[in-house]
Amino acid sequence: MSNAALIQTDRFQLSETERSSIEHEMHHYEDPRAASIEALKIVQKERGWVPDGAIYAIADVLGIPASDVEGVATFYSQIFRVPVGRHIIRVCDSMTCFIGGHESILESVKSQLGIVPGQTTADGRFTLLPVCCLGNCDKAPAMMIDDDTFGDVRADGVAGLLEAYS
Amino acid sequence: MSKRLTSFGPINSIARTEETHPLTWRLRDDGEPVWLDEYQQKNGYAAARKALTDMAQADIVQQVKDSGLKGRGGAGFPTGVKWGLMPADESLNIRYLLCNADEMEPNTWKDRMLMEQLPHLLVEGMLISARALKAYRGYIFLRGEYVDAARNLNRAIDEAKAAGLLGKNILGSGFDFELFVHTGAGRYICGEETALINSLEGRRANPRSKPPFPAAVGVWGKPTCVNNVETLCNVPAIVGNGIDWYKSLAREGSEDHGTKLMGFSGKVKNPGIWELPFGVTARELFEDYAGGMRDGFTLKAWQPGGAGTGFLLPEHLEAQMYAGGIGKVGTRMGTGLALAIDDSVNMVSLLRNMEEFFARESCGWCTPCRDGLPWSVKILRALELKQGTTEDIQTLLGLVNFLGPGKTFCAHAPGAVEPLGSAIKYFREEFEAGVVRAPVEPRPTVVETPI
Repeated sequence: MSNAALIQTDRFQLSETERSSIEHEMHHYEDPRAASIEALKIVQKERGWVPDGAIYAIADVLGIPASDVEGVATFYSQIFRVPVGRHIIRVCDSMTCFIGGHESILESVKSQLGIVPGQTTADGRFTLLPVCCLGNCDKAPAMMIDDDTFGDVRADGVAGLLEAYS
Repeated sequence: MSKRLTSFGPINSIARTEETHPLTWRLRDDGEPVWLDEYQQKNGYAAARKALTDMAQADIVQQVKDSGLKGRGGAGFPTGVKWGLMPADESLNIRYLLCNADEMEPNTWKDRMLMEQLPHLLVEGMLISARALKAYRGYIFLRGEYVDAARNLNRAIDEAKAAGLLGKNILGSGFDFELFVHTGAGRYICGEETALINSLEGRRANPRSKPPFPAAVGVWGKPTCVNNVETLCNVPAIVGNGIDWYKSLAREGSEDHGTKLMGFSGKVKNPGIWELPFGVTARELFEDYAGGMRDGFTLKAWQPGGAGTGFLLPEHLEAQMYAGGIGKVGTRMGTGLALAIDDSVNMVSLLRNMEEFFARESCGWCTPCRDGLPWSVKILRALELKQGTTEDIQTLLGLVNFLGPGKTFCAHAPGAVEPLGSAIKYFREEFEAGVVRAPVEPRPTVVETPI
């Protein structure tokens, strides 16, 4: 990812859908602040990541300081403050998957895509991340690609799984 | 490689009855979710009807207290006692019931099964519990990665609303309760109940100081009760069938009552989860249910219930699975989903993997946890690469002490060092094998570790 992608000069505006979804979420809680994580997820769903401008825009809608929104955005592992790939690969690294051989899965993904956990492929197709136990312990090792969970993954089967995500 | 994961080992195919398997008897053989019609055909919401129309609020609390139900999230705190901490003051009329569905404990996957396959059991459990606690609103705090559970719970809530089982004047009782699914955005620490409250409020998931306990000052400062998914799923059967029945479930010798979702994974023949009475021996779970080790592997050690519990040896398989039974052999039952460590696994490498997880997931709030866990990872990596020094094991044991119970803000670091301490205790030679040299600069004096 080049640094140019991180420079955000355009004025940021929430789309109507984003704004109305965030306002809808606010009504589920006693305090609008509670919608901050969901608001970040709403923006991320639309744009793939959370640009700087979105932090201020969300803070504005919720009526809380932008620093608080940024504090939340940088705390949670599934909120992305830099652009990520079109597809997110999450390889479960729990001890059960460790025993099941998850390191060979990780090696296979790394060597095929040329990235390490935390990085995105140059073509912007995949981002690789670690994840807490996915709760598929009878089928270790497990991994997720976007919202799909796979169990009993073998190192030589990784290429076949990745193919389906263009 | 399977994609849609609907099965959880053989839990859908073993014999189950309403009398002996209160949590799982309604499961379908095909592993598909049980929706409202089928759930009601299988006696679903009968307990809620009884609780809302025939029982006084205090009687429900008393019944849960008398049943001896304990929390199923790992700590095992008596549920009735927790419920009893909610203020008696009627003027505090805004109260919350939170369901802790932030299941991220390594090797734990019982709540996912309940939420994906029996979403109405959780909704019914929360409805009855909310009535008992006078909570007008509930939130299911669900980890973000459980997308199927989120979908199924939301559908179940919609079905329940349409059938008048959630919302205003439920079943004509005058009781109102609304329920929301709140999905998280990662971080294991959200499962700590006060961190969960902070996260629900839209803050960083740092744990809060206790006291005040959530029952007094919880979400948005209001009285709040946080219970685990499996705990809440026990409530309908207790209310429906009574405490005499509930207390007859566990095996002789068990001090805990009822059934528990237990499991065994690792290189066993038949990994899975099963609903079993408290007091079954770990050997029965390991041999009769999980089928023992796969051919070519032998059992070297096992962990009774998640990453935060200590390691035990094969000889400890005689222990009965209940809090006191596992306590007798030196650790905690935790979530009751056991993990088999086979002879191909090096304990130093395994601990390195585990402490990497705990270090990554530390919220960073208190110094022992934030700095101690990465230190343990650094040492374990050195030992794994056979680059350790003669002081490393002593340093690790020092960390086990410094990060132990009572020395950190929450239970995260104590949970992280419990397996480390027991691994060094039982497999010290594997750690010693990584020691190759004296430290570059030997320490001038030995500092006594304060207790």
